[in-house]
Amino acid sequence: MNLSFSEEDLKFQDEVRSFIAENYPADIKNKMDNGIPVSKEDIQTWQRILSKKGWFAVNWPEEYGGTGWSITQKHIFQNELADANTPTLVPFGVSMCGPVVYTFGTQEQKDRFLPGIINNDVWWCQGYSEPGSGSDLASLKTKAVKDGDHYIVNGTKTWTTMAQHADWIFCLVRTETTDIKQQGISFLLIDMKTPGVEVKPIITIDGSHEVNMVYLDNVKVPVENLIGEEGAGWNIAKFLLAHERTGIGGIPALKREIRRLREITSELPLGEGFLKDDELFMDKLNKLEIDLLAAEYSELRTLAAMSKGGHPGPESSILKIKGTDLQQGLSDLFVEALGYYAHPFMSEDDLISNEGRIGPDFAANVMPHYLNYRKVSIYGGSNEIQRNVIAKAVLGI
Amino acid sequence: MDFSLSEEQLLLKDSITTFVDKDYLFDVRQKNIKTELGYSSDFWKTFADLGWLGMPFSEADGGYNGGPIDLMVIMESLGRGLVVEPYIPNVVLAGGLVSRLGSEEQKQDLLPKIISGEIQMSVAFSEPQSRFDLNDVITSAKKDGENYILDGYKAVVMNGPSSNNIIVVARTAGNQLDKEGLSLFIVDPSLKGVSLRNYSNVDGSKASEITLENVSVPDSSLLGSEGDAFSALEEVIDLATLAISAEAVGIMEKMNEITLEYSKTREQFGETLSSFQALQHRMVDTFMAYEQTKSLLLMCAAKLTDKSDDAKKAVSALKYQVGIAAKHVGEESVQLHGGMGVTDETNIGHYFKRLTTIRAIFGNTDYHLKRYSAL
Repeated sequence: MNLSFSEEDLKFQDEVRSFIAENYPADIKNKMDNGIPVSKEDIQTWQRILSKKGWFAVNWPEEYGGTGWSITQKHIFQNELADANTPTLVPFGVSMCGPVVYTFGTQEQKDRFLPGIINNDVWWCQGYSEPGSGSDLASLKTKAVKDGDHYIVNGTKTWTTMAQHADWIFCLVRTETTDIKQQGISFLLIDMKTPGVEVKPIITIDGSHEVNMVYLDNVKVPVENLIGEEGAGWNIAKFLLAHERTGIGGIPALKREIRRLREITSELPLGEGFLKDDELFMDKLNKLEIDLLAAEYSELRTLAAMSKGGHPGPESSILKIKGTDLQQGLSDLFVEALGYYAHPFMSEDDLISNEGRIGPDFAANVMPHYLNYRKVSIYGGSNEIQRNVIAKAVLGI
Repeated sequence: MDFSLSEEQLLLKDSITTFVDKDYLFDVRQKNIKTELGYSSDFWKTFADLGWLGMPFSEADGGYNGGPIDLMVIMESLGRGLVVEPYIPNVVLAGGLVSRLGSEEQKQDLLPKIISGEIQMSVAFSEPQSRFDLNDVITSAKKDGENYILDGYKAVVMNGPSSNNIIVVARTAGNQLDKEGLSLFIVDPSLKGVSLRNYSNVDGSKASEITLENVSVPDSSLLGSEGDAFSALEEVIDLATLAISAEAVGIMEKMNEITLEYSKTREQFGETLSSFQALQHRMVDTFMAYEQTKSLLLMCAAKLTDKSDDAKKAVSALKYQVGIAAKHVGEESVQLHGGMGVTDETNIGHYFKRLTTIRAIFGNTDYHLKRYSAL
């Protein structure tokens, strides 16, 4: 057992750190550090910088443009990105659609879709959930009926993050109605510019526009956009679920945010002193920090097992539950730290106006973040579904 | 990064697991804890023969040079078997202090006998008012010619009843809460003025209340230099905290297994308990509590091995987590067993009792959260 980084790992850490310091654009950093929402162009700029360096499709096999890094190196890389408060990489192309295409796609499909993902020219969104299919994903009803060399797709997708920015959507569609609902599902790629595709925003309780409804009305999709066999979509969906989960706990970002909160406790006035003098508050902060430490080492244990050839199976469900618990817990502590100053609502225009903010500078995002983060225990398979997964896969019941 | 055990450590784990599964049967244990000794001297001999008692000591002292990770492996496996034999008070605490502070003579006198299982020792560090603060010591030791005179009271001294020698923490200088001025004395309990009131704890282990009244001990019984014991005591208690946390992790792992197995066989309303989702989710939560604790255990063992700057902080993080998880896993395991969980005949309740005493030993969650915050 040896949990320290090797010489090479530390050298790698330095290399990543200096690359970020030299290449992270100041204007994007300024927005991130001041809680001003970043635009699609900002994210694209940053992702292209990483891509140019060959550090974007980190997990892909080298033959498709991946890094060939060890698990430890990937861990260091994620930590450094989070540490520098860089924009979260958008997962739909690089972490989801890409791996599906290079694992299940034909050579033509790989040649057609992978370059656009790795170069950030094509943006993807995920068409999974439907109004009637939340946690019970396999009950989805969107229909794709074969008509010559096309499928005709009808249905509605919901909770589609970033659909307003996306060029393409990867969808689970029903190509056959069967007794077993997991059968007859297929994995289809759809160009968002196809006639019949309509995107309508869903505004969430924090006032932001992240998610959308996507209506598919007689959308004509060429059969060559089917990934894998017809009816094999559920297997692909399961593959993706396991694949996307490493890192879903968001541990590196949590480490940065808890450090930030600790700094804030020395800045926020309380009586004649500062918030850090409030023992009850600091107890909660310290408890959360210990919990985070445990989650961090749980993730490292999983990564170490993977580096020896294991698969991120049900452990990823544990990381999802623990990570999202911590994300919500920390977002709540930020709200508590502010007292009344968590309440004023700042629009995007307020944030960039010269008038100055109400309360402490960082306050504007705190309540929206808390509200927005109610989602994390609901999305990606609700935490109750994750418990079902663990009960079945780990406990064998 | 590598979390895996070495070949030697895997062999050690195997040998203890085999002993626990084959020989350390629940009904045998239950008989042993009811005897006056409170454990099996035959088993203790086995521990010595298999080299477990010598693990934490250096080769020069006659041991096997084991580190914190080896200690973790031993205690996790002993925990799974709910082993009551006093490994921590004797080997880790007393042995740890003698090996760190002892003169050549003291080491040669005591360590071979600890390693061979010939003697039992304990450390009397707590007092009624001190709870978990190692520096809070009223018991005094005053120089008197070639001797020291000890006066005071020591509370809940683990393994006190069987001890041939008791290491007593006493104040040779300073005020009640000072870290300076603490000294250690190796005291023969048969000396005039030493009285022990022996009893069983709820977990089956034995302990003593010790009164020291005008006890005269020779200079040669001083362990380490006068007034300077605190840092070694803290270091040894930290190592013992890792050890007892490992024991707790072993216990929780076992309790989760027992409970899961029970849920698969016990039927109510024509279905096994394991088919009820409300219970499934609770078992998932106790499994996660165990996993989280195990992660911190590994982290802490590694940091103690590396002598990291933040090793003390890691110990407190671990023991805090152990306290939280022990309450959660312990109480849920009993609840999921229904009425059987509160009977004396079922093993789960005895695991629960040990897990419950572990919550306080070497500091409860409040104590370690405060220590974590202060470090």
